[in-house]
Amino acid sequence: MKRLEVLKTYKLYIGGEFPRTESGRYYTPTGRNDAQLGNICLSSRKDFRNAVVAARSAVGGWAGRSAFNRSQILYRIGEMLEGRKAQFVDELYRQGVSQAAAKKEVEEAIDICVYYAGWCDKYQQVFSAVNPVASSHFNFSVYEPVGVVAAIAPESSGLSGVISTVMPIIAGGNSCVLLASEKRPLCSITLGEVLATSDLPGGVVNILTGNREELFSNIISHKDVNALVASDLSDVDRASAQTESVHNLKRLILHKDELLGAESPYLILDTQEVKTTWHPIEASIAGGGKY
Amino acid sequence: MKNLKTNGSKDPLGLFSSPPVDQVGITERAKRFTTRSLKTDCKSDGLRMILSMIDLTTLEGADTPRKVRQLCYKAEHLHDSIPDLPSTAAVCVYPTLVKVAKDALSESSTVKIASVATAFPAGQGHLDHKLEETRRAVEDGADEIDMVISRGKFLSGDYAYVSDEIAQVKEACQGARLKVILETGELGTLDAVRRASDIAIRSGADFIKTSTGKISPAATLPITLVMLLAIRDHYFATGEMIGMKPAGGISKSKLALQYLLMVKETLGDAWLDNEWFRFGASSLANDVLMQVAKQEEGVYQAAQYFSKD
Amino acid sequence: MPSKTKKPKASWKLSPALESTAQVDIATRYKNYIDGSWVAPSEGKYFPTKNPATGKKLSEVAKSTQPDVDLAVKAARKAYDEVWSQITPRERGKYLFRIARLIQERAREFAIIETLDGGKPIRESRDVDIPLAANHFFYYAGWADKLEYAFPNRKVAPIGVAGQIIPWNFPLLMAAWKIAPALATGNTVVLKPAETTPLTALKLAELFSDAGLPDGVVNIVTGDGTTGAELANHPGVDKIAFTGSTEVGKSIQKSAAGSNKRLTLELGGKAANIILEDAPIDQAVEGVVNGIYFNQGHVCCAGSRLFVQESVYEEVIQKLKQRIDTLIVGDPLDKNTDIGAINSREQLKTIQKYIKIGIKEGADLYQPECELSTVGSWCPPTLFTNVAQSSVIAQEEIFGPVLAAQTFRTVPEVIEKANNTPYGLAAGVWCDKGARLFQLTNALDAGVVWGNTYNQFDPTSPFGGYKESGFGREGGLHGLSAYLHTSSH
Repeated sequence: MKRLEVLKTYKLYIGGEFPRTESGRYYTPTGRNDAQLGNICLSSRKDFRNAVVAARSAVGGWAGRSAFNRSQILYRIGEMLEGRKAQFVDELYRQGVSQAAAKKEVEEAIDICVYYAGWCDKYQQVFSAVNPVASSHFNFSVYEPVGVVAAIAPESSGLSGVISTVMPIIAGGNSCVLLASEKRPLCSITLGEVLATSDLPGGVVNILTGNREELFSNIISHKDVNALVASDLSDVDRASAQTESVHNLKRLILHKDELLGAESPYLILDTQEVKTTWHPIEASIAGGGKY
Repeated sequence: MKNLKTNGSKDPLGLFSSPPVDQVGITERAKRFTTRSLKTDCKSDGLRMILSMIDLTTLEGADTPRKVRQLCYKAEHLHDSIPDLPSTAAVCVYPTLVKVAKDALSESSTVKIASVATAFPAGQGHLDHKLEETRRAVEDGADEIDMVISRGKFLSGDYAYVSDEIAQVKEACQGARLKVILETGELGTLDAVRRASDIAIRSGADFIKTSTGKISPAATLPITLVMLLAIRDHYFATGEMIGMKPAGGISKSKLALQYLLMVKETLGDAWLDNEWFRFGASSLANDVLMQVAKQEEGVYQAAQYFSKD
Repeated sequence: MPSKTKKPKASWKLSPALESTAQVDIATRYKNYIDGSWVAPSEGKYFPTKNPATGKKLSEVAKSTQPDVDLAVKAARKAYDEVWSQITPRERGKYLFRIARLIQERAREFAIIETLDGGKPIRESRDVDIPLAANHFFYYAGWADKLEYAFPNRKVAPIGVAGQIIPWNFPLLMAAWKIAPALATGNTVVLKPAETTPLTALKLAELFSDAGLPDGVVNIVTGDGTTGAELANHPGVDKIAFTGSTEVGKSIQKSAAGSNKRLTLELGGKAANIILEDAPIDQAVEGVVNGIYFNQGHVCCAGSRLFVQESVYEEVIQKLKQRIDTLIVGDPLDKNTDIGAINSREQLKTIQKYIKIGIKEGADLYQPECELSTVGSWCPPTLFTNVAQSSVIAQEEIFGPVLAAQTFRTVPEVIEKANNTPYGLAAGVWCDKGARLFQLTNALDAGVVWGNTYNQFDPTSPFGGYKESGFGREGGLHGLSAYLHTSSH
């Protein structure tokens, strides 16, 4: 007798928990051969609001972790991804990617995690500055995370685009609310399960599924979101992001090309602020008394 | 673990601690006084005030009675061709020459006699000798005693010794006003200057004074500002005025005017009086006289027209 | 033996020390500077620019409209295509070095005009604005041929035509902050100076001609906010750099929405200046005074919120009041003036409105006695004590010499209060203990944090805000990226 398969319930990932959407709504995207991928949560703006609250409460602790610790945790994410490789390949396949391409994409995603794990404790060294001011002051500029970042996954990407979007955000100490690809949400949801078991504190990454069009105006106008990273906005959406983000002067990182498999420390800097600190340097009074 | 023992700390309760000083901030503030423009009436009033605040000084191993007599004459007759010039505040000499100065100054002179004491300039003498030296200088006619603190004791952390010594010298002064020289050029930091100022003030100093003139750097605007701020905090706390005497390194009128301005903006006009502010200087007087003469005569002056003593 | 208490004395007063204006040459009328020539505005209209200390007209400048802006943008485009993008980076840098030197040579003249046109004390324009402006050109000059070192593993390219809109508080310095990095990175410029302070930018145009800067590389059009909006909205502009109020900055971003223009905004602030109990109090008080009364408080990073730990509150306020009493308010041309004229009647009204609000909110007002001229716009240095976090004067940017003082008890409390604002431009911390000081500098959400100092500026030091104080940095290595495209190939 054929065994009855146990189907997975796909849920959201908010504050380290896996709730269903508070709205009770779902949608059913289809994949290979028009097969239904499942009943996917159709997140509401309240889900988004809750995710932002979770991200806000997590960001201080995450930003306060040592760079070395963040690096370890990002590497751990890579390890956990590797362990679930088969599941991700399967999900990508179900979403219409060939087996070979799926395998390649998952491996690429794992390597991106490792790549950014390595950057956590280095981008500051490469891009910070000690500024040789003319007065007797020690002056240095360092990067600090911008805070809570909303990210919209590239619509065409199941996994590598998601990883390329999220990793530089959290590598830099930000927390993140990710809206998954509407048509290809499975890997994003499973990524939540990976993150939940990878020492990443709850709330650092929060993952929503649903309709971009429905949530977009809330994402861009929310005043407790410090930045938005998106890579395939229409001209109309881009313009409305630029208009609506002025409520709190959200930083907009709107990539023209989809971030598929992109790797660069400059993507970390996109969601960083430069802070410059001054402090006097005492001179000996024997040498300083020139009056 | 062995039983704990006492460590011989010289200031276990931190009784001699003082507020911190930010050297860069002090220097910036002091620099502001150098960018003020002091011209016309303000300048001529200031120049005369400076003359009246000078402790005309000779402190050389080669000092002789005749040299001191000349100095005393100059103190009372700065430049007789300009009418209505003030006398200097004081002459400042070694203890052995106090009697000479007393004799040289006229009966009605307003010029005070200041004597250095306490194993000036190093201060490396025995306390009983220092006290005896002080008493004799006063008995010989000194109105004011310029003592030095024991920097060695200060730098080794023995603030209590420094304080007690000042208090005992104060007693030996028998009413003569006591100026306490911190010798800031040997103290290393402005925090130490502040601490030494506070110790001197609390131990009975009537004036605090920067330097002996034998160590470089001597008086500077930033160091003097730190001392003025100590005086101000003491006034805020007690309502009691303490005098200030920068000494050494002030030889130009422009710089001396900047000192006056610093006193005015830090302590107010009440301190702009030779009861509360002095310059310890030997060559400043002539530079001021040249400026005064320039204002009177309208032409630039040359050094040869002013007596060098 | 004199008594050890104060006795009344005649005051020793500073005499007037007016800077001579003999060397200064201000034309009766200035046209726009476009493509290396002085071009009359298309509508033929001009508006006066006045000395805020006297209310007297100094000159009149072009009231520019869309056709004028269009002409300037086209000139900038042509210069970009035909000249500026064709010469080598090293030659670009040499022009900037030359400009820096010319500013140094004519520094006194620029300082006097800055003071006449804007009302700031000559001491500040002479010792701060003009030298810093020259230094800014000097600093960025050296970057022109070294840009690849600033962006490891990246190729860089200029953006094109930069439209730059600058405020009235540091007219020449802001022009330098905008023009120097733009030119060093290979862009050309259309600059719109502030309505009330256009003169030094126009003098700078004369200097560009003297420097032999190719025609059209920098164009200057004068006008009010509508001229600025025309510039920001012009389709030929590739990059907008704006310094000014948060309100106008937001409207510029909105109007540029949908275009591909790059944008940097340097906007308002409400900086916290925090004194902890172990601070060097006298220097902290000096820093507070410098933080709020520098340039009449017309400074976006002004330390307008003072937070004092309760245990030292009385001492700080007493010393602060005493220091305020020594500030000299008066003729900006007097070399001893500490606080000059308020930049315009309109700004004075705004400041006075906030002072009234402060009084109405129940805060205690302190202003020193000072004789203010009956002509011109003046405001004495103002301190409000007993201010609450929820007071309007503790929340809104006043942009004048008005300080709102509050107390706090613990470090976590003051961090929360200091960050409790939509702004994030600057902050100051006074504390003798390094470990605690750096706890605070780390925790404060601000682009510039001064520890045991305040209002220090340097061309090598990036400046710019967090949150609603804007985005992008000006100055230093980090100021370059606002004017460059970077790519991996």
